Amino acid sequence: MTLPAMLPALPEIFLAVFGMALMMLGVFSPEKRAFKTVCTFSIAALLATLVLVLANPGGRGVAFNGLFIVDGFALYMKVLVLIGSVVTLLMSERFLRHEGMDRFEYPVLIVFATLGMMMMLSANDLIALYLGLELQSLSLYVVAAFQRDSLRSTEAGLKYFVLGALSSGLLLYGCSMIYGYAGTTEFASIARVVSAGALPAGLVIGLVFLITGLAFKVSAVPFHMWTPDVYEGAPTPVTAFFSVAPKIAAIGLFLRVMVGPFDGMIAEWRQVIVFISVLSMVLGAFAAINQTNIKRLMAYSSIGHVGYALMGLAAGGRSGVTAVLVYMTIYLFMNIGTFACILSMRRQGSMVEGIDDFAGLGKTNPKMAMAMLIFMFSLAGIPPLGGFFGKLYVFMAAIQAGLVTLAIIGVVASVVGAFYYLRIVKLMYFDDAAEPFDTPIGKGVGAVLAVTAVITLLFFVGLSPVVEVADAAAASLLQN
Amino acid sequence: MLEIGLSHYLGVAAILFTLGLFGIFLNRKNVIIILMSIELMLLAVNINFVAFSSFLQDMVGQVFAMFVLTVAAAEAAIGLAILVVYYRNRGSIAVEDINMMKG
Repeated sequence: MTLPAMLPALPEIFLAVFGMALMMLGVFSPEKRAFKTVCTFSIAALLATLVLVLANPGGRGVAFNGLFIVDGFALYMKVLVLIGSVVTLLMSERFLRHEGMDRFEYPVLIVFATLGMMMMLSANDLIALYLGLELQSLSLYVVAAFQRDSLRSTEAGLKYFVLGALSSGLLLYGCSMIYGYAGTTEFASIARVVSAGALPAGLVIGLVFLITGLAFKVSAVPFHMWTPDVYEGAPTPVTAFFSVAPKIAAIGLFLRVMVGPFDGMIAEWRQVIVFISVLSMVLGAFAAINQTNIKRLMAYSSIGHVGYALMGLAAGGRSGVTAVLVYMTIYLFMNIGTFACILSMRRQGSMVEGIDDFAGLGKTNPKMAMAMLIFMFSLAGIPPLGGFFGKLYVFMAAIQAGLVTLAIIGVVASVVGAFYYLRIVKLMYFDDAAEPFDTPIGKGVGAVLAVTAVITLLFFVGLSPVVEVADAAAASLLQN
Repeated sequence: MLEIGLSHYLGVAAILFTLGLFGIFLNRKNVIIILMSIELMLLAVNINFVAFSSFLQDMVGQVFAMFVLTVAAAEAAIGLAILVVYYRNRGSIAVEDINMMKG
């Protein structure tokens, strides 16, 4: 294999080499400065990777004997994942130093997890899919337990590990069945077998296991049980990371597998996706009502949002994929913003996580309350904020595909879900002021908060270019 | 004489996989048993891969099995590391003691 043949994978190769260099850098720099240095270089490396991804001339590229594919879809999702990772690192630095866990392994693990996600998004073969997924998951198990003297964090890590390993096992069993009955692991060849008709039962069983494994990774009901515990227990910047980058990558992988090789079996898998989509939306809406911990509430909120994204997948076709892409774009910004607010919830130097702690924020810190108001309205899907357009496109795609009942359930679930988002707004503006949060919140978090709030608020300005790019990305996915 | 064919290998793998699956859910005693069950599941998958590889006269299945072995080793290492850190904090690795957060 010559060098130009590996060129489509240049951003990944760069990030892999740089990640290993970062470990060396961390080990050989003086202990006090190691975290700061490695953190800065990690952000630089991720930004450089982002540039390399964007510099791709476009069109379809294949590397490593067809195991790795680069198309518009992969590029679009990689940009979202990289933005998520960079922003998480920006927000983490101060928090980790405060909590005394400023060890340089953290940025390195985030870099490797990001690398795994990029591999997942470019997977064109079951082997590549599995390796990307595992590189991501193994890094994430460790970061979940990163606060190693905290019982909650280590318990979150342990639970995440056990259920993550279980889901990898299910996914792998599905891969082995698909390999056996399709006779190949390449997506394109599987697609040929599937479209040839006369599906062997083994292939259907394999697909069911594969969907189960992927549903675990995107935390869709009924495979969501790890999510609330892990979100609550993991350190807050890690939770912020979990709620965006891996979720976006897993949804991207879900789309690539379902719309790519198994497109010919849509009649079989659509029922399953509709089922888990409905359950996720309903559980996300109802289970969040009773929560008192904001991170746990965001876990249920993210389960609900995955339900909406899966609705777009159930719709399928170009409009469905476009809707999911637009949805995930908006989801990235509003979720990161919400977590920037949660990261700033600090009284006398220690973190608070209760929902009641938001009481009176409108008086004690009007700017932060305003930003939180924007995110909550957007998550609830109130026009003209970003979240509304995400839901709109998904519902439209579902109706176009004839899934009217699904769309109606989605609307009802989002009305119910609006209750707990608006409860936070009510607490902030209409309840008696509690003790104010510590200020200043730090440059990194402050900047993230401001930028994401503006993007969420003014999303409609840039809506049509985003939809255009997402549409082109969806077309490139369907072409394969 | 019974001819041992593909279906027998698949049957053994399916039984091992199910044992691993139930080992995770039904076990109320020790987290180490969960780690063993996870290994059992991955090895069942490997039997599947190798059996299919031999049946299809195709090397990809064996390549996949090699990758699975590698990842399983890394997974076990990370699982045990997390378990050690957890034990330091909790002083126990009984499954019923992992209940700090409800769920």
